[in-house]
Amino acid sequence: MYTEKVMEHFRNPHNMGEIPDADGVGTVGNPVCGDLMTIYIKVKDNRIEDVKFKTFGCGAAVATSSMVTDLAKGKTLEEAMKITRGDVANELGGLPPIKMHCSNLAADALHAAIEDYHKRQKEMNK
Amino acid sequence: MAAKRIYMDHTAGKPVDPRVAEAMLPYLSAFYGNPSSIHSLGQEAKQAMENARAKVAALVNAERKESIIFTSGATESNNMAIKGFAYRRKDRGTHVITTSIEHMSVMNPVKFLSTRGFKATFLPVDEYGFVSWELLEKEITPETILVSIMYANGEIGTIQPIKEISQIVHAKKTVLHVDATAAVGQVPIDVQTEDIDLLTISSNDIYGPKGIGALYVKQGVRVEPIIHGGGQEQGLRSGTENLPSIVGFGKAAEIAKAEISTESERLVRLRDRFIKGLAGTVPYSFLNGHPAKRLPNNVAVRYSFIEGESMLLSLDMLGVAASSGSACTAKTLEPSHVLIAIGLKHEEAHGSLLFTLGKQNTEEEVDYVIRVMPDIVKRLRKISPLTPKELRE
Repeated sequence: MYTEKVMEHFRNPHNMGEIPDADGVGTVGNPVCGDLMTIYIKVKDNRIEDVKFKTFGCGAAVATSSMVTDLAKGKTLEEAMKITRGDVANELGGLPPIKMHCSNLAADALHAAIEDYHKRQKEMNK
Repeated sequence: MAAKRIYMDHTAGKPVDPRVAEAMLPYLSAFYGNPSSIHSLGQEAKQAMENARAKVAALVNAERKESIIFTSGATESNNMAIKGFAYRRKDRGTHVITTSIEHMSVMNPVKFLSTRGFKATFLPVDEYGFVSWELLEKEITPETILVSIMYANGEIGTIQPIKEISQIVHAKKTVLHVDATAAVGQVPIDVQTEDIDLLTISSNDIYGPKGIGALYVKQGVRVEPIIHGGGQEQGLRSGTENLPSIVGFGKAAEIAKAEISTESERLVRLRDRFIKGLAGTVPYSFLNGHPAKRLPNNVAVRYSFIEGESMLLSLDMLGVAASSGSACTAKTLEPSHVLIAIGLKHEEAHGSLLFTLGKQNTEEEVDYVIRVMPDIVKRLRKISPLTPKELRE
């Protein structure tokens, strides 16, 4: 059902955890649907210096979360905004069709975290 | 990959008993006659088929072997019982009653009938999955032609008091269909003393081959065929009979009848050891279904804050095969309707885990799963944002 890459990330997820003093936090999905992801980012000089995730959901949900943190780490905020759900799935060697929509929310969570960062910046500069 | 192979998903599929496979072999090669043929090869085939029919009849104590109609499995039997009976009786009434925890092969035929001029009632159940007798009695009207209630639920294990239900249904002068797929072979069933009119039986659920089943139709109860053709099975199920599978089904029924009491007792001990062993090893874990009135092989649990599919993957990495009612394991992306019907919230249903035991499972296997489960739950809770602070390490 899942590629070896997906299983690798499920077995040993990268960047799992929280960043207590995060600069941006994004949460998407909800427990009713069975998938909930939170992404934390730490930003320095417009780059994602650190990123962590917490996920409730299936194997695909955990693996996509882990993969998106790998893809985002070290990127500029603009580059990170360009990471798509498709990129995440491709990097994992593909996902079962039924999981493409329901569990492939990690890119959305990353984008939400970046938007949250921008919002906080705006408020701080007021 | 993993050295261990522990199979605990017997509701999804069972291995064929080696004695059954052996009984089937000659019918895949030497005995290829068609039971409808006049010549000896055909008559030998017919004899084998009738022997098998008698064994299936004996398993549920049917009054005569002709009351057993072979089908392609439980799904077809349920379709025949519901649609076939409703078509036959629609001049007498158009109301059908069932429950909200039936298998899809009962739910969907009833829903289909409701788009073809019939009225359908889906009875609610309590937290254990029991139907209310008072409500059932109240819902039966003179228009009600059929009540379909499962003997036991494979997902939460709950066994209905069929004898009492049957008394209510018959006092109200209507007809009872019982889907006994999950129960046959685990619980002794007697269609005569329990007064059942139509009963669905599956072969694979008693360690027979897949793709074969039966509908018991009580003498005097009439159903319309849903598959028309050459008129086999007393005109109720056309198509050349699947003889190797019928012979295997018969052998499986014979073995089930002989071994049901010892094997069920063994399974109950194993089940209770399993439930007791899992309970209390991690906080926020619960049993689905009733603690005692449950199928001997059924261990249905749920864990808060984590999701079922990720538990299944974690177990599979250790060689353990189980099942879950989580939406993430379903084609529909909806959590199990059974878990929702017993009052679980969606997020609770997502955390469900189902172990169904079988003949080859041992105490050592059960103890192994009890041992590995806490670490699986703890790891996934560590990843989950829903886990409360006090559970994080």
